[in-house]
Amino acid sequence: MDILVRVKRVPDPAENEIRLNSQGNDIEKDDLVYSVNEWDNYAVEEAIQIVDKVGGSVTVVSVGTEEDEDILRREMAMGATKGVLLSDTVFNNADGRKIASILSAFVSKNKFDLILCGAQTDEGAGQQGGMLAALLDLPYAALVNMIEVIDEKKLKIGREIEGGNQEINEIELPCVLSIQTGINEPRYVSIRGIRKVASVEIPSLGAADIGFSDSGLRLQRLEYFQPEMGEGAEMLEGSNEEKVEKLVELLKAKGGLK
Amino acid sequence: MASIFTYITHKKGVVDDSALELISAAKVIDSDCKPTAIILGSPSEVAQVADEMAKSYTDVITVGNDALNYPNAEVYRKVLAALLPSHALLLVPHDTFGMDLSPGLSIKTDSSFASDVVGFEGMEGGKLKVIRQEYGGTVSTRSLCDIANGAIINIRAGVFKADESKAQHGAIVDKSSDIQDFSSKRTFVEVIEAEIGEVDITKSEILVSVGRGIGEEENIEMVHTLAKAMGGEVACSRPIVDAKWLEKSRQVGTSGQTVKPKVYLALGISGSFQHMGGIKGNPFIIAINKNPNAPIFQMADVGVVTDILEFIPALTEKINQAQ
Repeated sequence: MDILVRVKRVPDPAENEIRLNSQGNDIEKDDLVYSVNEWDNYAVEEAIQIVDKVGGSVTVVSVGTEEDEDILRREMAMGATKGVLLSDTVFNNADGRKIASILSAFVSKNKFDLILCGAQTDEGAGQQGGMLAALLDLPYAALVNMIEVIDEKKLKIGREIEGGNQEINEIELPCVLSIQTGINEPRYVSIRGIRKVASVEIPSLGAADIGFSDSGLRLQRLEYFQPEMGEGAEMLEGSNEEKVEKLVELLKAKGGLK
Repeated sequence: MASIFTYITHKKGVVDDSALELISAAKVIDSDCKPTAIILGSPSEVAQVADEMAKSYTDVITVGNDALNYPNAEVYRKVLAALLPSHALLLVPHDTFGMDLSPGLSIKTDSSFASDVVGFEGMEGGKLKVIRQEYGGTVSTRSLCDIANGAIINIRAGVFKADESKAQHGAIVDKSSDIQDFSSKRTFVEVIEAEIGEVDITKSEILVSVGRGIGEEENIEMVHTLAKAMGGEVACSRPIVDAKWLEKSRQVGTSGQTVKPKVYLALGISGSFQHMGGIKGNPFIIAINKNPNAPIFQMADVGVVTDILEFIPALTEKINQAQ
């Protein structure tokens, strides 16, 4: 089975405290540490596990700049067969629909049996998989947390739904699935593994290579701002010792100690 | 302004809270609008839900068919794309069905898509100003959504107040015979219910809930010790379950358990809406997090900015001394 996984380079939530810049209109971009989107990493692991069982290849693709090569190499060190970078000045300043159109143009020039992407990013809208499937006229399922290959034409999949329940479906191939975290345990990537793929060439394709033409933006982000969602908590101040004392008093008063 | 439609979520004939919240959301977009409710489902269910919705909506459109017994987003998307007039705005609850349905529907109707919207701020240059959140609610964004060709807009649950006026005697139009094609390359098989774990956190009055901020699996032990000292149970947010450090039955949130404790102590939890959506009954919420910008501080009653790894043992010791 030939599988394509879309990966995105994002600020790493484990390494950064996201906050507004001094103008208060964008997030502070200085000193941000980037990594592969957590959801996408689960998707790559799932693709590798499927190929380990039934054979085939895993291609990871990113829409971005040369800086994206790091995350593509990281996923290749995990076991992805091939990395492709889609990069062009025409791709800059994109909304979700434009990114999906770029990916759709790339997929149309190739043949994949299964296309995976992360169910969301921390900054995004969880829209890539659904839009891509619709553009390619392929069946789709969102929030997938289980995949079983039935045969070369069909998968059994589980979707995460409300209340911790799981919705089981059968879906025909080729199809697009968005992958939820927790579907597997992504493997550790060693420094040695990354070194092994350090010199592998990653092809970079532009708009002309994939036959993409821009049709404008539908959703345009104007600015960031600090949300106000209520009165806010009463913040306990003082030394840790003082905070502990105040908190124990509060717990006693509110029935937080039995 | 284009006409506004709402997607009515219902299960076993019971209408979801979102059905009345979407009326209020539509009126924030356009105060003069009279949104139309769209109801899909099995013929008997649809009739029952339509009667209920006609009390709140001036216009109700239904499609009833046995092929719609379960909300398979692939089938429902096809039906909605055929049903919606061009340039329409459709409001959809941002739940696991809406996430499955809407991005693709926006492509099929050649309209725009805005996901997980929490507010509207009127029109600017013919475009709708929408408010969203990013990074788990740490920051908000203001965006312009082009609605010239219509839009599919997913609305976050609980943000808009339900319109309870029920002052309408709406007209119900059955469009079942307009729709012929219910085919799909994805077929629903079954729903597997969540397993009940060894501990039922939905019954606990005191919950000590742990999130990503705990850092390492070995640190979970100190949370158990604190919970024991307090006489509560250990709960957690999603990343802890994804990492397999605690069982799924301890996860609080829309994709986990809905809890209603008296006291909720959140340790290293940022407070995404998915997590907070699982906390009901207005408990006393204490948030401890090293990031002063964590959204949970906006929703908690009491907050402490500190390193939980130092604070938890100190708190445990003090509680044990006090008892």
